[in-house]
Amino acid sequence: MITTLMRISRITLRRDRVAQAMTFVLPIAFFSIFASVFGGASMSRMPRVRVAVADEDRSDMSRYLIEALKADSSLRVRDSVAGSGTGAAGPIDRARAEAMVRGGDLPVAVVLPKGWGATFPNLNGKGMRAEMLADPSDPVGARVVTGLLQRAAARVLRGGVAAEGSSAAGASGDEAGMLVATHVTNVVGDRRDSRRMISFYAAGIAVMFLLFSSSSGGGALLDEQESGTLERVLNTSVGMTGLLAGKWVHLTLLGMLQVLVMFLWGAAVFGLDLLGHLPGFAIMTLATAAAAAAFGLVLATASRSRQQLSGLSTIVILVMSALGGSMFPRFLMSESMQRMGLVTFNAWALDGYLKVFWREAPLLELWPQLTVLITLTVVFLAAARVLARRWEVV
Amino acid sequence: MTATIDTVPRSTAGAVIPALRVRDAARSFGAVRALRGASLDLREGERLALLGPNGAGKTTLIRAIAGRVRLEAGAIEIFGRALPPTERVRRLGVVPQEIALYPLLTARENLEAFGRLHGVAPASLVARVDWALEWTGLRDRARQPVRGFSGGMKRRINIACGVLHEPRVVLLDEPTVGVDPQSRERIYEMLEELRAAGTSQLLTTHQLEEAEKRCDRIAILDHGAVVASGTLDELIAQTVGGERDLVITLDRPVAQAVAGFSAENGGARLVARVRDVGSELPPLIERVRGAGHVITDLALRRHGLHEVFLHLTGKELRE
Repeated sequence: MITTLMRISRITLRRDRVAQAMTFVLPIAFFSIFASVFGGASMSRMPRVRVAVADEDRSDMSRYLIEALKADSSLRVRDSVAGSGTGAAGPIDRARAEAMVRGGDLPVAVVLPKGWGATFPNLNGKGMRAEMLADPSDPVGARVVTGLLQRAAARVLRGGVAAEGSSAAGASGDEAGMLVATHVTNVVGDRRDSRRMISFYAAGIAVMFLLFSSSSGGGALLDEQESGTLERVLNTSVGMTGLLAGKWVHLTLLGMLQVLVMFLWGAAVFGLDLLGHLPGFAIMTLATAAAAAAFGLVLATASRSRQQLSGLSTIVILVMSALGGSMFPRFLMSESMQRMGLVTFNAWALDGYLKVFWREAPLLELWPQLTVLITLTVVFLAAARVLARRWEVV
Repeated sequence: MTATIDTVPRSTAGAVIPALRVRDAARSFGAVRALRGASLDLREGERLALLGPNGAGKTTLIRAIAGRVRLEAGAIEIFGRALPPTERVRRLGVVPQEIALYPLLTARENLEAFGRLHGVAPASLVARVDWALEWTGLRDRARQPVRGFSGGMKRRINIACGVLHEPRVVLLDEPTVGVDPQSRERIYEMLEELRAAGTSQLLTTHQLEEAEKRCDRIAILDHGAVVASGTLDELIAQTVGGERDLVITLDRPVAQAVAGFSAENGGARLVARVRDVGSELPPLIERVRGAGHVITDLALRRHGLHEVFLHLTGKELRE
């Protein structure tokens, strides 16, 4: 009896490819993503931290230090910029460095103030401080750079100043003993950090569940196919384009409401500053919900049954959410994974929300994210329309 | 239903134009030829039963008439014209076999939704929905979700959703499948009301008795073509003829059938084919009695649609 039941289950699993993928492929995919982010091979190749250096001192010592930083394989150092429409080519100054951090181009910048070289190394706490301009959305970056700054300073000393008798022997863990004293300034804002972290998670979770609810809502098409109401609706003057448009608008509005409720809850219970960022939130939520709704329709029209949609959407959305930063910040990932994450819907949506809530960026700075989300919306809708042709006149 | 027919449409030659005409409809799906030149006429104000074994092409034909299947050859005309899709959906009412309703919507909400989708003018929507609730006998249940309705109630709302826009031709795909006799009776009363208002109805069914008793004419579809059509009497005359079976029940089984009879029920019944009842019946009875058998009962069995259907489509399973 039991063997018969086992045989039925075995045959069913063998013929259900979605169930096979859920059982074997999804766990491996998740394991691989988490392993790449938090351990194993990636830990031996820590992602290179991007850092800008503004040399206001322009001394030999500051130049040596910058060269030593550039030689460090853990860092990707920029001390000059190419000319562009918004700025001239040349060395990076403090204002430019701050703008780069604010804009999310890199997580941290080092400013070596005028006169810094004359007080290097910092012995007995008398050295001038290098200023670290940090983005608090990446709490790791500033600490890593602070540590690597000391390593670079030690290299400078070993190669030159060390000959004068100075050494790092006195350097200990406290700031007074550091070769380069530092002072961290959060240029994206140094207040309400916990609220900002809440907004990060609110956005991450909201985008992931927006995708789930959109794919589930899109699945109504499959329910209607099953019940015959789809055929009945298509027997009226409503065409397939009108039908999809109706579903898409509904799912978009529903998605906006879903995100709004979540952020309102965050504001009421966790002190998330929603009112202070309302315009950016509204624009990002509209664009994100529109793209998620269109994506839900793609999944639904690509699936043959509710069961298939359920499996497919679980796999696709969880993987996208993991890669795209809904589960953990993308800055924890290697550069290649961060680049890979940009193919996901989540990454662009979250980058937009981060610009609004963390960087307090002006609305115009959302254009890259909005462009991508709107383009994705159009592409998804077109794909859904093509896939839905199977329900049309045959 | 308030639609009325002012005049009987006629061609310029004076011939009556059918409400629906299908001519040589052909369509294949891969190697399967679903329709092979099917033709039929649905006359104005009549109810035509479309019968056929499973896989004969009934659903494809209905979907082609509704504009949901593109024909490779042939033509479909409604009141003498091949209509563009937008006008076709206005003239046609389609009632699917499935209960194609939104289960969480109430009866009224379903009717309103399909009324709007069918283009019922907002000004007359409430009146049409009220009419439909009255017509289906579900006014008292108007505000309840159809999810909790019985099968018969759902069927009635299902039909109503397809005729809210007052189509002059209604296609009904097995409108009484799975309902009890009382509901079936009510559904045919509803269809009768529609017909009285001038609506022409093409109805598919596997219930031969319904086709026999409830429909004006019958068309039998097999292998994608209409193999016979007409009234029941015409079909009988065209196929199995006007012969009847004489069935004689005996007081005890016989070991050997009497000449001219076949034995049934283990020899307890004798059956003979009779063409002319008046002249053939007495000698047959005499022949049985002459063989020493005692007749306890006697009946004449008329051939019906069942025999016609099997005669035309055979007894072989189709699926």
